Amino acid sequence: MVAVKRVVLDVLKPHQPNALEFCQALSAAVEGSTVRVTVIAVDEKTESLEVSVEATLIDFDLLQAVISKMGGALHSIDEVEAKNEPNT
Amino acid sequence: MNIYRKAEFLLNITRSQGIARRYFVVNGFDGALTMLGMILGFQLSASAPLSITINACLGAAIALGVSGVSSAYISELAERRHALLKLEEAMLEDLQESAHSEAARWVPMIIALVNGSAPLFISLVILSPLLLTHAGIVLPISPLFLAIILALIIVFLLGVFLGRIAGTSWLRSGLQTLFIAITTSVLIFLFTGY
Repeated sequence: MVAVKRVVLDVLKPHQPNALEFCQALSAAVEGSTVRVTVIAVDEKTESLEVSVEATLIDFDLLQAVISKMGGALHSIDEVEAKNEPNT
Repeated sequence: MNIYRKAEFLLNITRSQGIARRYFVVNGFDGALTMLGMILGFQLSASAPLSITINACLGAAIALGVSGVSSAYISELAERRHALLKLEEAMLEDLQESAHSEAARWVPMIIALVNGSAPLFISLVILSPLLLTHAGIVLPISPLFLAIILALIIVFLLGVFLGRIAGTSWLRSGLQTLFIAITTSVLIFLFTGY
C-alpha cells in the first residue's frame, strides 16, 4: 500500500480562523500528525500559507475537506513524500 | 463540537463577539429604561390594578424582544452576506461549503437572539416583584417600588459591565449609567408627575 507520509501545500485563507486555529483543525483531522503552518504573505483580507503535514498515513481528501471547511483554498501541492509499505 | 463552542467559533471567525456584546448592552439598557419609565408612570398615576400594570409592562417587554430579534436578524443577515461576498471576491473562491458560509447563516440568528432576549430577560427580572405579588406572594415593600430599585440596580450593573469591557473604572461607569436612569426618572416625574 502506498501511504502518503508528508505533504507541503500552498494555501490561501481568510484572516480568520487564524494560523493557530487553522493548524489545530488540520492536526485534529489527521491522526498522529505533525502540522507546521508558515504565513508567507498577508493581504487585506487573506493570507498565504505554507502548510506542511507529516503523519504515518495522510488522508489527502480529508485534509482538503478541512482546508475548505476553514475557508481556505488549496493553490498547489509543492512537496509530497509517499512510501510503499508491504501489506500486513 | 458542542453548540456553545460552535457559536463561539462562528462568532470568532466573523469577529462578531463585540457586536453581540454591544447589542446586549444597548437593547438591555432599552429594556431596563422602558420598564423603569412604565413602572414610574404607573406609580405616579392614580393606583391602577396590578394586573393592568403587569399586562402593559409585559406587552412592552414582548414588543421589545420581538423588535430586537427581527431588527437585528434582518440587518445582520445583510451585513454577513455582504461580508461573505467580499471575502469570496478576495479569495476568488466559492465559500458556500466553508465555516464562513455557515457563520453567515448562524451569526445573524445568534446576534438576533442576544438582541431580543436581553430586553426581554431584563424586563422580566424588573417585573418579577409585580409577578410575585400577583401570584400571591407578599413582599415586605411595595412591588412597584421594588421594581424601580431593581431597574436602577440593573442599569448600574450594565454600566459596571461596560466599564469592565473598556478597562476603566467600573464604579464610574456604573454611576454614569445610573445617572442616566435617574435623569430619566426625573424627566418622567416632571412630565407626568403633576
